Amino acid sequence: MLAYLVRRLVAVVVMLLVVTLVTFGIFFLVPKLTGGDPAALFAGRQADPAAIAGIRRKLGLDAPVIVQYARFIWGLVAGRDYASGADVTHCAAPCFGYSFKTEQPVWPLLIDRFPVTFSLAIGACVLWLVVGVATGVLSALRRGSLWDRAAMATALAGVSLPIYFTGMLALAVFTYKLHWLTVSYVPFTQNPLAWARGLLLPWIVLAFLYAAMYARLTRATMLEILGEDYIRTARAKGLAEPVVIRRHALRATLTPVLTILGMDLGALVGGAILTETTFSLQGLGQAAVRAISDQDLPVILGVTMIAAFFVIAANLVVDLLYAVVDPRVRLA
Amino acid sequence: MSAPPHEPGATAPADITADLPAKAIEGRSPGRIAWLRLRRDKVALAGGAVVVLLILVAVFAPLIVSLLGHPPDQLHEDQIDPNLGTPIHPFGGISRRFLFGVEPVNGRDLFSRVVYGARVSLLVAFLAAVVAVLLGTLFGIVAGYFGGWVDALVSRVMDLLLAFPQLLFIIALVSVVPNSLWGFSGSGVRMAVLIVVIGFFGWPYVGRIVRGQTLALREREYVEAARSLGAGRGYILFRELLPNLIAPITVYTTLMIPTNILTEAALSFLGAGVKPPTPSWGQMLSAAVTVFQADPMFMIIPGLAIFVTVLAFNLFGDGVRDALDPKGTR
Repeated sequence: MLAYLVRRLVAVVVMLLVVTLVTFGIFFLVPKLTGGDPAALFAGRQADPAAIAGIRRKLGLDAPVIVQYARFIWGLVAGRDYASGADVTHCAAPCFGYSFKTEQPVWPLLIDRFPVTFSLAIGACVLWLVVGVATGVLSALRRGSLWDRAAMATALAGVSLPIYFTGMLALAVFTYKLHWLTVSYVPFTQNPLAWARGLLLPWIVLAFLYAAMYARLTRATMLEILGEDYIRTARAKGLAEPVVIRRHALRATLTPVLTILGMDLGALVGGAILTETTFSLQGLGQAAVRAISDQDLPVILGVTMIAAFFVIAANLVVDLLYAVVDPRVRLA
Repeated sequence: MSAPPHEPGATAPADITADLPAKAIEGRSPGRIAWLRLRRDKVALAGGAVVVLLILVAVFAPLIVSLLGHPPDQLHEDQIDPNLGTPIHPFGGISRRFLFGVEPVNGRDLFSRVVYGARVSLLVAFLAAVVAVLLGTLFGIVAGYFGGWVDALVSRVMDLLLAFPQLLFIIALVSVVPNSLWGFSGSGVRMAVLIVVIGFFGWPYVGRIVRGQTLALREREYVEAARSLGAGRGYILFRELLPNLIAPITVYTTLMIPTNILTEAALSFLGAGVKPPTPSWGQMLSAAVTVFQADPMFMIIPGLAIFVTVLAFNLFGDGVRDALDPKGTR
């Protein structure tokens, strides 16, 4: 178990290095290949050549890309100093550099925005797992019934609707027309009830898409498993039907659901961006979208890396859950 | 030993079977069985019909717009209430002249913009799927057939790409690519970038399936036979294995197109899609965010366009999957 954890953690670090390398490559090599100048991008559109040269020197953009990458990684781990002549700015670890729009350090911004996105993602994730799996199981057990057909038709509509469209429809009906719910972010530590109330609509909208996918997946898997020999054996030895379903069928159904969950966490980041934009929640996704329209590359770099880190970490949790759900899986 | 009575060939002399209707025994290829199954699946056929209709709309967009609409960039400020900025007619200005109503503020014809938007949406989705299927098939078949370090490398790369927060990376990539590239400019560059990037992030999904199938197929006798007859690697990969992978590849291609449509719309919604004035559905929804409280139809029209298109592709794709599934009974 310990050896497994150590090996997985090493893999996480390697993955993160690759992600930083790719992200770094996108922002520093692509503009070069296509004839752009990162310093000019950083400086903004109306900067004069002297200012661009100054920025290039201060940010070390005149150094080879490899050196820049090493400095960037070093900055993440130990902090770094940006020097331009006598003018030295210290950026404490983990240093993601400075926003070129607001000239503020990127890391505090990320820390500030993170809880919003995390709350959104975790709430939606719990909601869709519960609703999606329950719907799928019930549909599989009552195959062909009115419930099954209604649930699967709803699920098919769910996977075909863009989140931002459902989001705007929900806002139009529940907020502007009926005045039932307003969307806002209140920190959990401040008032858990207001936190849940303010995020309920985004949760439902984001969870609807995934609940639909998981209901379809759970139903298909469950139907396949109910046809297996060991289910017949369990029934033949006289186990009560609820025990057969819960202990034998459901448990085997959860393994593929977990596999897909691990894969969907990356997509969830995208879903969170769209949901935040639709509901004007001030999370990481919003920060990324604004940074993109401002060409504020350090902020995009920071958000991308934070997102990649959590996707990788969450995948580790999912892999650990495997062993809990499926006794055949041994962590070795 | 008497043969079971339902076997006509055993119980009846040959001259009697000759009089039976000709349908008794018929060799059916897997493709034909799939087609027969698909033809009986009414829902899938309806989806397929909508898909064909949408493709026709996209191809003949200029003709359709000249018959039923106005040029997509033409302004109709006479259709707009000068004080509110919303269409003068109810329901977003839907009328006989403007079938889907008009855009708030500038009064552009929504019907024309939706029709032209279909072009961007379908073209990007189709070509991105082609890119993903080509890459996924190539890497999947190579990884599955050769195994060893090739497989390990390809599998790790696929894991990595699947774990990436894709939408963020796509936005980031699209945002750093300049608007004019190697002498080309305009919305064509953006579309090319979208196709390549969406396709690139889509290939691992195909690659995993193809790899798994190849792993199972490479141990089969006919592959062994081809190898023992001295067939080269290329021959085995593309003449022996590939034809047996067509069914899963077809299913994943049809099911990938709706996902690509949603991705393209999402990118346009976030401002990383094709640039205005080229109309796209995601871009229209993004413009609607600020005004839909006053003019909900402006949001509903492009939203429904996306929904209907994606739903039709999903229904058709599900039907194709069921039809090609050898375990299926329908």
